Amino acid sequence: MTTTFLEYLVFFAAAAMVLGGAIGVITMRNPVHAALGLVMTLFGVAVQFVAQEAHFLAAVQVIVYAGAIVVLFLFVIMLLGVDNAMDLSIEPIRVQRPLAGVMSVGLVALVTAAIVKADDSAVLQPGAGLDVAGAPPTQGASGELNFVAGGGHDSNIRQLATNLYGDHVFAFELTSVLLVVAVAGTVVLTRKWPRHLAERPIGDDAGDVVDGATDNGGAG
Amino acid sequence: MSRSVPEIVSGEMFTVFDAPAVLAIDPILEGDLLWTPLIIVLVKVLVIFVLGLVGTMLMVWFERKVVSGMQNRVGPNKAGPFGLLQTLADGIKLFFKEDLLPNRADRVVFRLAPFLAFVPAFLVWSVIPLGGDFSQNADGTFNDGTVTIFGEVTRLQLADPPVGILLVLALSSIAVYGIMLAGWASGSKYPLLGSVRATAQMISYEAALGLSLAAVLLSSRTLSTSGIVFTQQRFVDWNLVTTGLLPFFVFVIATTAELNRPPFDLVEAEQELVGGFNTEYSSIRFALFFLAEFMNVITMSGVMVTLFLGGPQGLFDIPLIPGWLEGTLWFLVKLLAFLYMYVWFRATLPRLRYDQLMDFGWKVLIPVSLGWFLLLAALREFAADDQVASFRVIGISLIIGGISLALFVAALNVSRKNRERSVVLPSAEPPVTTSKGAN
Repeated sequence: MTTTFLEYLVFFAAAAMVLGGAIGVITMRNPVHAALGLVMTLFGVAVQFVAQEAHFLAAVQVIVYAGAIVVLFLFVIMLLGVDNAMDLSIEPIRVQRPLAGVMSVGLVALVTAAIVKADDSAVLQPGAGLDVAGAPPTQGASGELNFVAGGGHDSNIRQLATNLYGDHVFAFELTSVLLVVAVAGTVVLTRKWPRHLAERPIGDDAGDVVDGATDNGGAG
Repeated sequence: MSRSVPEIVSGEMFTVFDAPAVLAIDPILEGDLLWTPLIIVLVKVLVIFVLGLVGTMLMVWFERKVVSGMQNRVGPNKAGPFGLLQTLADGIKLFFKEDLLPNRADRVVFRLAPFLAFVPAFLVWSVIPLGGDFSQNADGTFNDGTVTIFGEVTRLQLADPPVGILLVLALSSIAVYGIMLAGWASGSKYPLLGSVRATAQMISYEAALGLSLAAVLLSSRTLSTSGIVFTQQRFVDWNLVTTGLLPFFVFVIATTAELNRPPFDLVEAEQELVGGFNTEYSSIRFALFFLAEFMNVITMSGVMVTLFLGGPQGLFDIPLIPGWLEGTLWFLVKLLAFLYMYVWFRATLPRLRYDQLMDFGWKVLIPVSLGWFLLLAALREFAADDQVASFRVIGISLIIGGISLALFVAALNVSRKNRERSVVLPSAEPPVTTSKGAN
């Protein structure tokens, strides 16, 4: 199959979105603008998913990443007022920048290796590996519906479900336990204990959460 | 019921597609792209666009008229017959007003935000089946909702992507950006407070929305909107009945909160926040927010009709009316019922307090819809056609539900006690850290 003009168009438009957004994330001075760049990247990736017939992944990409995670980022940025109170030249963690450099070099090396390796293997067509073709539900004699097991209009999702909840259910559950532990840990660590319960004295920040938030918000 | 499914030739290096993969979401796009299908699709796009705008116009009029009726007033009655053109007049007025850009606004984001609210509201229309022939044939089978226009088989909906209903969720999660960024970019306190409220509210209720939606998907076993409608053939097949009413009510409440409609309209609580996230907006940008808000009411009503009330599926055959028109009629009747319900809510229910809103969303709606979903899943898995087994499942579920409820209440009690202790004790002591507080 030759790649059609439309597929080229979709690919390059989405790729431009991904790259443009990614560059925006690291070059924008304003954290809100950077977060919007991230949204653009996520949308580009979602478009690439659709072009590869992975509709479900595209929808989940938008719902979870763009719809929940980046919204949470923005929420924190807005609520804490970091957008106009944060000085980017101050480094909270010293080793952060060199470490990020090492990580990105490693990531680029990994991706390059994957591309070079994939060059030798057989070409995968869009939708291959996901059983896209399948029969929609059929009707019985009196109009009742028979669902085709494993196939159907959204077999893509069925396969993902079998994979996640069947073959890899242990890893899946372990991940969810990890997330729950992280949430519980965050709640415990950020909690402001009353003085007689706290092991070490808490400074002047006990009890003025609301004031602090609005003060920061109006600081700039 | 031929659908445009790409045919995969196994064992060969290539795959044969009927049409470019991106477009394969409507039976009309099967085969080569010809002029007739292309024009039909373009006409559909146009119809959806115009329908959205006109529908919104009528919705604003309908709301004002019904609310004024409930409050013993006359309502708009000057422009056009029954005041029908009042919205149009307001719209024209808004277009000619001065477009203000606040000094401290973030210019790019301030201009972008109205479109982020407006475009998703429109796009939801594209996946809602607005009609179609779902009538019963003589041999007892049901038509699958396709109609024939100029010899082309198509659906009365713009697109039927495999992820159908998830697209609605995705679009509603994008709509959050519009409100959030509008408040932030205004560079002013009240809009920011309004948008922070809106974001928290919409994210919280999206979880309950998704969980009650999951119950529908469990019963329909497909994500495609036309598939969901197709599985609700008789009244007993409607997801309202098959999911046991509860997800429907959760969905209605969660949608009302998602739409920021009364009694969940804390986002634009006039008494507290001037006007909410859109305080600094004027002219056409404000009109876009307004349009998006009312269009969202219509589209979400359409989504509810599709999910729970069988969409264009009718209760009985209407005589004298051709099958292809019947679906649209049924859809409109059900849609109007929901629109009336929203107006009724607005006219009668007082606004919730913010903590009540959050408590209700997190502590009632989410656990209830999750528990109900688990119960439905257990019934489907262990007692598909077995009366005795289903009683057993319900019994075990009741016990587990009771234990969970007891644990939940205990946890709430503990957290309340902790909170009360931490609030009371520091104030009982004299303030000692005042010197550090001044920064």
